[in-house]
Amino acid sequence: MLTQVLWRFRIVFSKGAELKYISHLDLVRAWQRTLRRADVALAHSQGFSPHPKMFFASALPVGVTGRSEMLDVLLERSIQAYELAARLKTQLPCGMRVVSVAEIALAAPVLPAQVVAAEYEAEVAAATSSEDVQSRLDQLLVAVCLPRRLQRDGKIRDYDLRPLVQRLWLAGRRGDAYVIAMRLQADAHGTGRPDEVLSALGFAGQVRAIERTRLLLLTNGVAAPSHPR
Amino acid sequence: MIANDVLDTILPAVSKPGRYTGREWNQRIKDWSKVALRVALAYPDVYEVGMSNLGLAILYDILNREPDVLAERAYAPWPDMEQAMRQAGLPLFALESHRPLADFDWIGFSLQYELNYSNVLNMLDLAGLPLLASERIAQPSTPLVIGGGTCTYNPEPLTDFFDLFVIGEGEQVTLELARLYVQSRSGAAAAWKPNFLRQAATIEGVYVPSLYVAEYNPDGSMAAIRPVDCSVPPSIRKRIVPVLPSPPTRPVVPFIRAVHDRGMVEIMRGCSRGCRFCHAGMVYRPVRERPMTEVLRAVDELLVQTGYEEISLVSLSSSDYSAIQPLVQALSQRYGEQRLAISLPSLRTDSFSVELAETIQRTRKTGLTFAPEAGSERLRRVINKGITADDLVRTAEAACASGWLRIKLYFMLGLPTESIEDVLAIAELVRTVRSIGRRERGRRFQVGVSVNTFVPKPHTPFQWLPLADAEQIRARQAALRSALRDRSVQLSWSDEAVTWLEAALSRGDRRLGGTILKAWQLGARFDAWAEQYKPELWQQAFGETGLDPAFYASRQRSFCEVLPWSHIHTGVDVHFLWDEYQRALRGETSPDCRQGCMDCGVRSEWHLECCPQVLLQSGQP
Repeated sequence: MLTQVLWRFRIVFSKGAELKYISHLDLVRAWQRTLRRADVALAHSQGFSPHPKMFFASALPVGVTGRSEMLDVLLERSIQAYELAARLKTQLPCGMRVVSVAEIALAAPVLPAQVVAAEYEAEVAAATSSEDVQSRLDQLLVAVCLPRRLQRDGKIRDYDLRPLVQRLWLAGRRGDAYVIAMRLQADAHGTGRPDEVLSALGFAGQVRAIERTRLLLLTNGVAAPSHPR
Repeated sequence: MIANDVLDTILPAVSKPGRYTGREWNQRIKDWSKVALRVALAYPDVYEVGMSNLGLAILYDILNREPDVLAERAYAPWPDMEQAMRQAGLPLFALESHRPLADFDWIGFSLQYELNYSNVLNMLDLAGLPLLASERIAQPSTPLVIGGGTCTYNPEPLTDFFDLFVIGEGEQVTLELARLYVQSRSGAAAAWKPNFLRQAATIEGVYVPSLYVAEYNPDGSMAAIRPVDCSVPPSIRKRIVPVLPSPPTRPVVPFIRAVHDRGMVEIMRGCSRGCRFCHAGMVYRPVRERPMTEVLRAVDELLVQTGYEEISLVSLSSSDYSAIQPLVQALSQRYGEQRLAISLPSLRTDSFSVELAETIQRTRKTGLTFAPEAGSERLRRVINKGITADDLVRTAEAACASGWLRIKLYFMLGLPTESIEDVLAIAELVRTVRSIGRRERGRRFQVGVSVNTFVPKPHTPFQWLPLADAEQIRARQAALRSALRDRSVQLSWSDEAVTWLEAALSRGDRRLGGTILKAWQLGARFDAWAEQYKPELWQQAFGETGLDPAFYASRQRSFCEVLPWSHIHTGVDVHFLWDEYQRALRGETSPDCRQGCMDCGVRSEWHLECCPQVLLQSGQP
């Protein structure tokens, strides 16, 4: 059997507030259909139930928007990156935008395996002083461990949140809300959840919006941002 | 308009929040201030079910094509969302503009299943509207509540809640109503509604229940249902479109997985088989096939507009579409490379259908479904389901030879004249299929058997019949279960508690309005969902409103009895139905419309030159 010639593209895209309640699985299907509408020859796996060769960097939690999410697609037909970007632009559902498209080496490691960390910004509408906010952030950062309990699908999981928080800072104000930014570990050993950090800070119930601002990839052993600022 | 930050306070805590946000591909957002008519198309079940309904997709398309009309969508919120909305004081809103339903001019409900009725009331209540049409009629700015769909062939149980019903195919009549509405509203006085309704009642296919009076005999049966005066037609004939309009090719593509998560192109309307139990087969006459070139063009367009990876060729009996083989071949040729999956719902039980299935099967051969409906040859003659045991054997052999590992069979229990021998004949048939499977495919072969209790439906030859006795059904289910103890056979049943309610509501009269209202007040919601359905609420509602469900569900009616739906005319002559009923009792079959006309009345009713309207005469390829 002939080896199939494929082209690999990395699509950086945003997912806005309009679509923040759309789950990852649903987003995958929406991308599949977007690519079909864009008349892009997506490669499929062989076998009984072929599935399209698309690889997302990381699933975005429901309720969180994304500023530069990432997706690798393998195509059966060659296309210029700008042409692909232009076609996607007309076919993406409202709320999604293409940030960039680039052809990348087919041999590069699979995208989700490259992700090491993610940065988030949260709008917190807390009726408190910026000194108080800052001191809460400091307290969290000086803590040696932060035991947390997660409940999901009726299962209880105890874990330590502290090592997952790599950076945490007050990024400013937006209207009457504070913008709290954080960089959280996101790899095979553990993934920090922004809502967990915010509730550890005592802001549960005051969070107005959370956005994942960028994903950090491991390239040549160095963590690099998905999209330069 | 419901603001996004308000939704942000409740959506994170509800299941599947994507049901409530809209913004899907191909949704139409029109300028609210630049239209003369705003329609909310509502489906009284969850989003995933409602989004699978082709009828609403057709109306959404037709209405939004009109420059001065807009149509949006609304579905029943799941109980967790309902609770959150009531707590936050949020009204039911439409997905496109997020405006409350009360802001619309029309709320059009698609009524496809009787067990959705409590949801209709709940949606009206969540919209903040009075439930009773009689309370809304004096409120000029309250939306009109309109019903359409399969259930409106007996609209009587819902007449308290609806201003009007559209009976039959909605493509033309909806626009006629829209024009009348726009005229009536422009510069109209506060009391425009009664005038509008009177005029609407003269449009063919429109039923305004408040203009009809029901009278009853001392024994509770119906004496008459008559118009209030001679300006209102005594009977309402369903609407049909003489030629199928072009199918919608730019449907909304949902983000969350709909029950039918694929593109749909209707290839044929109506069914020529004449199965005597089948409501759809009687009420959707005449048969009209869509030209194959039009189907192909629609598929092309649909795929470009949606990006769907699967399309369904919709009809009541796909393998009866006379050009099905060339159509399927053309589609496979055209789209094979793009990995388009094609699905054919409702395949006939014959080896031709297996061949068809083989042509469209591109991936794993998971399962094929057939509906012999009855176990014995005799009973199949009674219901006019013209297949033989040999047909089924050949079908199973062909399916196994082509590599299928699972066959699913649909049967009914409680059919007229059914005896225990007929029931045991189901087990016999299943065992035959199973042993063919074992022989051809080995131990991995499975047979799925789905056994539903037969509900005699209005406008069918069995409309006079009672629902079979629940005890007897239970005994027959047990007999079937013990006759089919086998690990390679999976048996499933319909729930008797659902069956009696479906039977009572589908065969009821207007007095049931009070019962439906009561059941909703007691908390009935999502009765079509096993985990939500509480039959005891309905029992209590019947009790408190002084009505006996058995009177509607399990009583043999005579030919002379005025049936609650007798003023609704499907074009099929009641004498034809009675004749078919008598032939059934004698075990006589009737031919397929394509083989010979039984003169059901439809052809002469609409003066049809060709009925059934088919592309190729049988005998040709």
